[in-house]
Amino acid sequence: MSSAAMSRASCPPTTHSVVNDFSIQVATVNGSGSQTANNVLMRSIFQMGIPVSGKNMFPSNIAGLPTWFTIRANRHGYIARKKEVDFLIAMNPESAREDVETLPPGAAVVYDEPLKLKDLRDDLHFYPVPYDKLVGPVCPEAKLRKLVRNMIYDGVVAHLLGIDLDEMRKALFKQFGARKAKAAEMNWGAVLAGKQYAEKNLVKTDPFAVERMNETAGKIIIDGNSASALGCVFAGVTVLTWYPITPSSSLAEALMAYLNRFRLDAETKKATYAVVQAEDELAAIGMALGAGWAGARAMTCTSGPGISLMSEFIGLGYYVEVPVVVIDIQRVGPSTGLPTRTQQGDILKNAILSHGDTRHPILFPSAPDECFKMSITAFEMAEHFQTPVFINSDLDLGMNNWMSDAFPYPEEPIDRGKVLSAEDLERLGGFGRYQDVDGDGVPYRTLPGTNHPQAAYFARGSGHNEKAQYSERPDDYRNNMDRLARKFETMRTYVPKPEVREAAGAKIGIVCCGTSRFACEESRDQLFSEHSLSVSYLRLLAYPFTQELNDFIDRHERVYVVEQNRDAQLAALMRLEMPAERIAKLRSVLHYNGLPIDARSVTDSIVQQEAL
Amino acid sequence: MSTATPSAKKVNRLGLEVLNYKGSRTTLCAGCGHNSITERLIEVFWEAGIEPWRVAKMSGIGCSSKTPAYFLGLSHGFNGVHGRAPAIATGAMLANRDLFGVVVTGDGDTVSIGLGQFMHMLRRNVPLVYVIENNGVYGLTKGQFSATADVGSKLKTGVVNEMAPIDVCLAGIDMGATLVARSFSGDKRQLHSILRTALSHRGLSIIDVVSPCTTFNDHEGSTKSYDYMKDHEEPLHEIDFVPFYSEISVEYDEGTTQEVEMFDGSKLRLKKLARDYDPTSRMQAVALLHEAHSAGDVLTGILYVDNHAPTLIDMLKMVDEPLATLSQSRTRPGREALETAMEELR
Repeated sequence: MSSAAMSRASCPPTTHSVVNDFSIQVATVNGSGSQTANNVLMRSIFQMGIPVSGKNMFPSNIAGLPTWFTIRANRHGYIARKKEVDFLIAMNPESAREDVETLPPGAAVVYDEPLKLKDLRDDLHFYPVPYDKLVGPVCPEAKLRKLVRNMIYDGVVAHLLGIDLDEMRKALFKQFGARKAKAAEMNWGAVLAGKQYAEKNLVKTDPFAVERMNETAGKIIIDGNSASALGCVFAGVTVLTWYPITPSSSLAEALMAYLNRFRLDAETKKATYAVVQAEDELAAIGMALGAGWAGARAMTCTSGPGISLMSEFIGLGYYVEVPVVVIDIQRVGPSTGLPTRTQQGDILKNAILSHGDTRHPILFPSAPDECFKMSITAFEMAEHFQTPVFINSDLDLGMNNWMSDAFPYPEEPIDRGKVLSAEDLERLGGFGRYQDVDGDGVPYRTLPGTNHPQAAYFARGSGHNEKAQYSERPDDYRNNMDRLARKFETMRTYVPKPEVREAAGAKIGIVCCGTSRFACEESRDQLFSEHSLSVSYLRLLAYPFTQELNDFIDRHERVYVVEQNRDAQLAALMRLEMPAERIAKLRSVLHYNGLPIDARSVTDSIVQQEAL
Repeated sequence: MSTATPSAKKVNRLGLEVLNYKGSRTTLCAGCGHNSITERLIEVFWEAGIEPWRVAKMSGIGCSSKTPAYFLGLSHGFNGVHGRAPAIATGAMLANRDLFGVVVTGDGDTVSIGLGQFMHMLRRNVPLVYVIENNGVYGLTKGQFSATADVGSKLKTGVVNEMAPIDVCLAGIDMGATLVARSFSGDKRQLHSILRTALSHRGLSIIDVVSPCTTFNDHEGSTKSYDYMKDHEEPLHEIDFVPFYSEISVEYDEGTTQEVEMFDGSKLRLKKLARDYDPTSRMQAVALLHEAHSAGDVLTGILYVDNHAPTLIDMLKMVDEPLATLSQSRTRPGREALETAMEELR
């Protein structure tokens, strides 16, 4: 290898350094086993105390198509996707040229030597690595080389960025686990080979570096779907019925794994839960509703196409008043859309899913700790209000690894809601299933199997009166629908309140929900530092909306509703219930290209609309 | 209903009268075979002394699916959406394994819109008594074909069905149901004994009951057809007109064949399995069903039984108590579990 010639970068060495503020993109082919190398790289930086986030942009395909994994390290704690790539690891011959051409000037490129990328531009820092030559000695088994060669770039990058090798070794062994110690050792050999090659042959000319901080102590790294799953375990879920669909399958799979660990009976080792993989989403929601009616803490998880199929059953759940939790890991629609890309595309649909007049509560988690907490809130709400409750997570949150605070143990006891026991019925002498006894629109229910002659009622999706008897009488229908509306109004005082950050003297505000959070937080700082513009902020945690949203809009002249879809669904939902003077203040910032929203896009849109 | 029910003074092993097993008054057409099935269900639940509070009645949408309101008024019922009773019933059984689950649906529900769910319920051997009230026609939407309509049967519009029917019993035997039977709504003695057997079966019982529709299973040329009556009856209210019939009743011995005249004048040839028929052979049951079909007979009786196959509840290795009422101490793991999970992620 002509190392002297190859290591000469096209871009002159930079004198300044950029510490703990850059993004690394690994461009590879899916199915090549790069995920482990990427997670080890991310975790190494995390273990050095530097705030970090990772996003995987992958195709809907098993193997062979381009995949990009982006790691952002940021000393300020910004964890939204960064639009610009600072440090490219080009492993994919198919995408390499385009990947290089779209880099901003001054970026660094670590590439597979035969790709000859350094002739493409003269304003980048190029580092060639002869992976095929390096992998042979560390991995005698030819068929494993494709996997192990990925670890080489971890070693190269560790050298170039100054990542502590002890942390990388720790991260690697954690990733492989105790049972795969032999594989871990072989991969560690590849890391060292990369590190040694870089030391000997590469001269660092780019400005990017990591330095140890203390911002991640006690924190965890977890994907949103695992966090949701763990929340369901501690919420006391007893029945999960589901149908595989990207990006929600990993939630069901994580849940099954956690249930199997934490929810077997201490004495008998039998399951305190039931999981059924249904034949389709119709059956999945149908079983969950049957289970919810019969008294289980029942749930399903799905994504947009599954939600469409569940529509009829959700209307049944609303009208019969059956508790069920539906976790929707939103992906890009319509139709099959982009199954492996993210969107907040089911906000409006979930709020009014099914035919006739329906309204459903939705929780909007933005980060893993909220995935955990909101799983618990959702089960409490579903049983308290006896209705389907949606959690609108998304692919970005669900399938990517996020840094998070550790989850607090739920201190509030489980509340099964207004369920009458045989003793209650004896005391009351009977009950009307759909009678509004307490004036909050929430009736009392009994569970099948309650040993009392007054316990039974007939649940039906057809018209019914307060006693759950079949009725087509106009007053019975209307009274029931009005009570259901009253029940929904009661939820406004129950759902989690929005997070509000008021900026002193701000004339404009941002409203968002879910994963738009981090781009919005960063954008506020950009607007202030770049344009001296103070912007207030309100993040919705739930639908129905609460009074805080009205007050926020009233306090500001213009409110930008930031969301990740084309049709301004969140804003549309607000318009459905707001008077004209509030609606007149609403503007939209819309992001819908399948990639997670980034701060720069939000800032640019607001700057343009404010004509700054 | 014309059938005499057991004396109201008699009580079962729980001290309950048959009255305690009745539901609200039927709103189906007079003479509907479904009403006969409802009566048999009332009888057998009462006779078997099953606690009504333990029973969950579930159905889809259609005439047949209305019937759970007409029996066991002291039991919880769930009339869900069209074709999806298997899902609701499966979920209910997951939540509470102590429930006695009974599903009543029709041929449209089970064999057309809900065929997928039906097949997967069979495959799971969900512990349920699943009754199909099969009349080969959509009643509530005024007489369209279902997927169990026989080849050559005619709609009132004159349209002839040319597609072979789906046989739920063949499907049941093939796909995993562990008790499969066929009967006729008018054969009180046989239907009664099949239902009694099903109540004591621990897996999934599929009971296909041919149940004639008084109103819509008619054809052109029949003197009892909808069109004929419209033309020949004087003070006719077109939409609301429903001819009055009394129920078709039949009684015949095991091993014999009996011809029954249906409301539309057509003939149904029922062939009852012999008393010494061995229902444990899947191959024999399938062969006999095919033979009967070729001969134009409707084979009745308990066709297939498997008392050993595990049910869905067995397969899930759940705790013995109903999941629905487990206490928080059983469903929320302790702090150490969460701490373990957190430590792995640090």
